[in-house]
Amino acid sequence: MKKKLFSLLMAALLTMAVLGGCADGTGESSGDNSSAESTEDMASGQTPGADPSTQAGESPAYGGSAVVGIQQDIDSLDPHLATAAGTKEILFNIFEGLVKSDENGNLIGAVASDYTVSEDGLVYTFTLRDNVKFHNGNAVTAEDVKYSLERVSGLLDGTPLISALSTIQAVDIIDERTVQVTVESADAELIYSFVAAIIPAGSGEEEGAVPVGTGPFSFVSYSPQESIVVKKNPDYWQEGLPYLDEVTFKIVNSAETALMELQGGTIDIYPYLTDSQAQTLRSGNTHQVIASPSNVVQALFLNNTAEPLDDPLVRQAILYAIDKEEINTFVGGGTGSLIGSAMLPTLADYYVDLNDVYGTTANVEKAKELLAQAGYENGFDLSIDIPSNYEFHMQTGEVIVEQLKAVGINATVNPVEWNTWLEDIYNGRKYTATISGITCDQTPGYLLNRFQTESSKNFINYSNEAFDETYLKAHGAMDLKEKAEYYKQLQQLLTDDAATAFLQVPGNMTAISNRLEGYKFYPIYVQDMSTVYVK
Amino acid sequence: MAGHAGEKWNKYFAAGLFMTGAAVLLGIVGFFWTPYSTTAMSAAERFAAPSLRHLFGTDNFGRDIFSRVMKGMGTTIVISALVVLFSSGIGVLLGALTGYFGGLLDEAVMRVTDAVNGFPSILLALVMISLLGSGRQNLILSLGIVFVPSYVRIVRSEYLRLRDADYIGRARLMGVGKARVLFVHILPNVLPVLWVSLMIGFNNAILAESGMSYLGIGVLPPEASLGNMLSDAQGYLQSAPWYALAPGLSIVWLVLGFSLFSEGIRRRFE
Repeated sequence: MKKKLFSLLMAALLTMAVLGGCADGTGESSGDNSSAESTEDMASGQTPGADPSTQAGESPAYGGSAVVGIQQDIDSLDPHLATAAGTKEILFNIFEGLVKSDENGNLIGAVASDYTVSEDGLVYTFTLRDNVKFHNGNAVTAEDVKYSLERVSGLLDGTPLISALSTIQAVDIIDERTVQVTVESADAELIYSFVAAIIPAGSGEEEGAVPVGTGPFSFVSYSPQESIVVKKNPDYWQEGLPYLDEVTFKIVNSAETALMELQGGTIDIYPYLTDSQAQTLRSGNTHQVIASPSNVVQALFLNNTAEPLDDPLVRQAILYAIDKEEINTFVGGGTGSLIGSAMLPTLADYYVDLNDVYGTTANVEKAKELLAQAGYENGFDLSIDIPSNYEFHMQTGEVIVEQLKAVGINATVNPVEWNTWLEDIYNGRKYTATISGITCDQTPGYLLNRFQTESSKNFINYSNEAFDETYLKAHGAMDLKEKAEYYKQLQQLLTDDAATAFLQVPGNMTAISNRLEGYKFYPIYVQDMSTVYVK
Repeated sequence: MAGHAGEKWNKYFAAGLFMTGAAVLLGIVGFFWTPYSTTAMSAAERFAAPSLRHLFGTDNFGRDIFSRVMKGMGTTIVISALVVLFSSGIGVLLGALTGYFGGLLDEAVMRVTDAVNGFPSILLALVMISLLGSGRQNLILSLGIVFVPSYVRIVRSEYLRLRDADYIGRARLMGVGKARVLFVHILPNVLPVLWVSLMIGFNNAILAESGMSYLGIGVLPPEASLGNMLSDAQGYLQSAPWYALAPGLSIVWLVLGFSLFSEGIRRRFE
């Protein structure tokens, strides 16, 4: 059964209003309060030239440069080692996989022009595109593809760098332009993991210093804590792209500085505005400010094994005590969508609305009752660790402290530095409660797989056998309808167990300088600069 | 030992006393009573402009800024006072000993103070905070340590000058104990200078505390302090200018008040 790339995708798309696919295993998420994406319907009409080639009136000009403000330093230039969402959003411009996501959440061919999947879902055959060159000038060969896939899947040295791809059993070169990949078990979402970057054979560790990929931009320089500079890849396989000669990703640590830099013109694009900044900028007429839903699930993460949160009653009490509507009003200016579990409402086919379980407003009586039942009539002290570079989470923390006070829980905000957060809280799991966000990189399953007992990303230490079993069933389901059903059950389980206080999917405010056009909104966390041009 | 010379009531002293008095009073009252809760949020009253209902307006969470300024002023004053108390206490002790006895101790202490002075004070305090962790006690401790050298130097130079004075020599001949010479005979004569440096130190402490809280490592939200209010207000400079103005002007008021006050004291002693 040979299927064209697009026809397979169309089938998948039939069942998804917005596909945020993701099967990337290692990809981590981090507390991104807001990210730069949108669903197709939100952005359309506002997006400055969703596709520059169809722009009426002016034709895009070549040349020039742009500066994009980003919130955090990157964790690795090696695309297979990078785990932070904030890093991947940049590397998207430098690297490409066999396939890549487009702005509608669909997969398009990148290094591969076409692929087929065997009927049993175990064999993927990729046909490589002819004219793809690495930034070092060499053409991409089947060898490079084999090397890259073996590297990420762990076939090379035993350590899978991208866990979703550890299912790969063998990568065989059929001929110069054809590569066959055999996987252990069928998974309808696995194809999304093939966005994993293709790098030159044998480059391995060098990638961390001088990344060489096939993307629209090639790496120029990286100054830690400061910026990453990329320049136009003249050999890019997509005809006519990119437009800009140079793009700088500038690390702007505080939201306040970002606003000043935008106004001063030292950064052109900033995708993480706060509500008030958006208002300020709108009045200035120098930038377009576009609201779109993000792909971030913001939550007050509760460590399920830390006292007193190891008691489900206490966690439920917290869920009842929290007023999500208030948080949305205060912190997001009402642009967020409230959620009751780990799924984006924009992934409509997979999403089940669980807001009613604990309510979107505070139920103080119920919370107090549960606390009394758990033996905490007089409340308890709760320290909420929050990555301090995320103003959005910090402000959310302030609101939550106040809401918990009403039920007798004496919460305090403890700002922690981002790297400390990653190390001690996300990886070390040494915390009681924290506010952060998890991003959906590709497929809906990505938001849920982290709650499996054994998942390395299960930093809330959630453990429920029923959940693990259901997840495995969902994972194995080849039928997307069936899969969706399992995913809904998983969300229900998380909510019933009060695993964590899911708050909202924050709205996203992106500022784009009036001098630029062609910025595309993605339903995943990336900054695609290839279509941006100077007016 | 009130002024023998100088003008007992000069306009600096009066203005300073009025300004600091008002601020301190507001701060003290703020600990017991504020017009509104300093943490209660209200969605309906976000960003209300200053009015009779909310003298200084409300902030992004709908909290009354005047109440928060009162509380913040109190917090700032208490922290600054403790910092001054801590640093001047140690400073006077070390300054007295080194100035009076000299010798190896003097050498050692002076080199250490040189080393401490070699760093910008905020930087040093930042390092200490990162070692100790943020929070109120650590803020007081680290700022206190950073400010010690300034007192050591002033007190030491005074003791150095006075230890050879005739009346000290005579006291010693009469067999007066060393501690008594140090703190009963000499200390009162150091006070005029010490007073002024205490006031200046207080000002520095206010600015340092505000600076640290502004940087997010002093008093933590949601608790109010002038510094962290200023930091929060920064994002709303254009949409709600009153938010930044209130804590900003309060800091100016406090610092100006103490400066005038110290100038007034200096003139009294002259």
